[in-house]
Amino acid sequence: MLKIENLHATVAEKPILKGLSLAINAGEVHAIMGPNGAGKSTLGYTLGGRPGYDVTDGSVQFAGQDLLALDPHERAAAGLFLGFQYPVEIPGVSNVQFLREALNAQRKSRGQEPLSGGDFLKLAREKAGLLRMDMDMLKRPVNVGFSGGEKKRNEMVQMGILDPKLAILDETDSGLDIDALRIVGEGINAIMRAPDKAVLLITHYQRLLDYVKPDFVHVLAAGRIVKSGGPDLALQLEEEGYEAVAQEAAA
Amino acid sequence: MNAQALARPTRRDEPWRYTPPAVLDALAAVPVAEQVSIAPGGHGAIHRTISGEGIVSHEITVGAGAQGEGFFALTGAGYQRLELDVTLEQGAQWTFGCVVAAGAGQVAELVTRIRHVAPGASSSQVVRAVASGDGMVNVLGRIDVAQDAQGTDAALGIKGLLQGRQATINAKPELEIYADDVKCAHGCAIGQMDPQALFYAQQRGLPLDAARVLLMQAFAAEAFLAVADPAVREGLELAAAAALQGVS
Repeated sequence: MLKIENLHATVAEKPILKGLSLAINAGEVHAIMGPNGAGKSTLGYTLGGRPGYDVTDGSVQFAGQDLLALDPHERAAAGLFLGFQYPVEIPGVSNVQFLREALNAQRKSRGQEPLSGGDFLKLAREKAGLLRMDMDMLKRPVNVGFSGGEKKRNEMVQMGILDPKLAILDETDSGLDIDALRIVGEGINAIMRAPDKAVLLITHYQRLLDYVKPDFVHVLAAGRIVKSGGPDLALQLEEEGYEAVAQEAAA
Repeated sequence: MNAQALARPTRRDEPWRYTPPAVLDALAAVPVAEQVSIAPGGHGAIHRTISGEGIVSHEITVGAGAQGEGFFALTGAGYQRLELDVTLEQGAQWTFGCVVAAGAGQVAELVTRIRHVAPGASSSQVVRAVASGDGMVNVLGRIDVAQDAQGTDAALGIKGLLQGRQATINAKPELEIYADDVKCAHGCAIGQMDPQALFYAQQRGLPLDAARVLLMQAFAAEAFLAVADPAVREGLELAAAAALQGVS
C-alpha cells in the first residue's frame, strides 16, 4: 500500500530524513519509535505534503500512485489520513461543518456524490459513539476549548468519518489518561483493523501498543530506520532504551 | 448633535489612515447621519449589510438601562465608510460586531466613537477586517469615558487578516478615560492566515482555495457571535461569506 524508498527530506534546508525506506502492506499495523529529533513527525508531515517539508531525494508510492506528485488534499482523497500530534483549533467552524465539507470535497475528487446532511449526521453520530464522544462536542468549533485528550479523540472521530486507507498517527497517545488511551486504542482497532487498511503509529512509548498490537516495529534514529522487528522490539526498547538498541544496530 | 451634513473626512483630520487622496476626492455627496434613539429601558437593534459605495453614518443614543446592538457587514465596493457615534446613558449596554472586507482596488473604513457619559454603562465591540489584493481597511475605534462614568465596562477587539503582500490594514484603538473606576480593554492583532490551520484543513481533504475560504469565514464569524437572533446572524454571516469569497 505504501512504499517509501530512500526518502530524503529537509526542513528549512536542514536535512532531517536521510534515506528512509519502509514498506507497508494492506492489513498491517506498523509502529515507528525513536528518540526526540529522530525525524518521526517530519516523516508524517512529509508524507502529508505539508509546505516547508521538502523532499530532496527518494520516492513514495501510495496505492499505486506517486504520492509526492499529489497536493495535500489529493493525498487525503487518495486515502491518506494524518493524525496530528497537536490538532489545530479552528474557532468559528463547527466540527460537523468542517468534516462534512472535508468529506464531500474528498468524495467529489473521487467522483462520488456528496453526502446529504442527514446521512452525514448519522455517520458522525456512529463514529462519535465509537470514541464515546458526545454529539454536542461535534457541534462545537473544531478543537476549541477541548482538553488534550478530547482533541486526540476528536482526531479519531475524524478518521472514522473520513474512512482512510492508511492512517499515520503522530503521537496520538500523548496527552491521554489511562481510560482515554484505551478508548483511543479501541477506536483505532475498530476503524482501521481491516484487510484493506493499514496504520503507521508514531510513538515514544509501548503503552499504546498494548491496545493496538503492531505487526512490525521500527526504530527511527537520525533520519533513517536503523532496526526493524516484531512486537517484541517495542518491549526491548522500553527495557533498554533507544540508545542501546540503536548502537547495537549500528555495530 | 445636529443632523447636519458631515464634513468630508480629510487626511488632516485622520492622520491614522492612509487612504489615497484621489479616492476621497472622487467621493460625491456626504450624507446626513441617521439618528437612532433607544428609549430608556428599551431594546434596539441595527443590522445592516453595506454593499454600496459611499459613507453610511449613524448617531445612536442608548437610553438609561437600555440595550442596543449593532451588527454590520461591509462587503467591499470602491470606497466604503461606516461611521458610528454612540452615546451610552446610565447603565446602558451596547453590543457591536462588524466585518470589514476590502478586495483589490477597494478601500473600507470603520470609524466608531463610543461615548460613556454616565455611570455603569457597558460596551462590547468585535471587529474583523480582511484585506486582499491591494485592498485597504482602516479602523478607528474611539472610546470616551467621561468623568462621571464610573463603573464603565468597555471592550474593543480588532483583528485583521491580510491576504497578500499588497494588502493593508490600519487599526487604531483610541481610549480617552476621565473616570477612575472603569474597566477598559482593547486588543488589536493583524496577521496572516495560520499556515498550520491551512494545512490541517487541506490534510482533511479541502483544496487550498476552499480551505482558505473556510478559515476566512470562520475568522469573520467571530464578529457575529453575539447576535441574539440566529436568523439575523446567519444572514450577516452569509453576506460576509459571499464578500470574503469575492475578495479571496
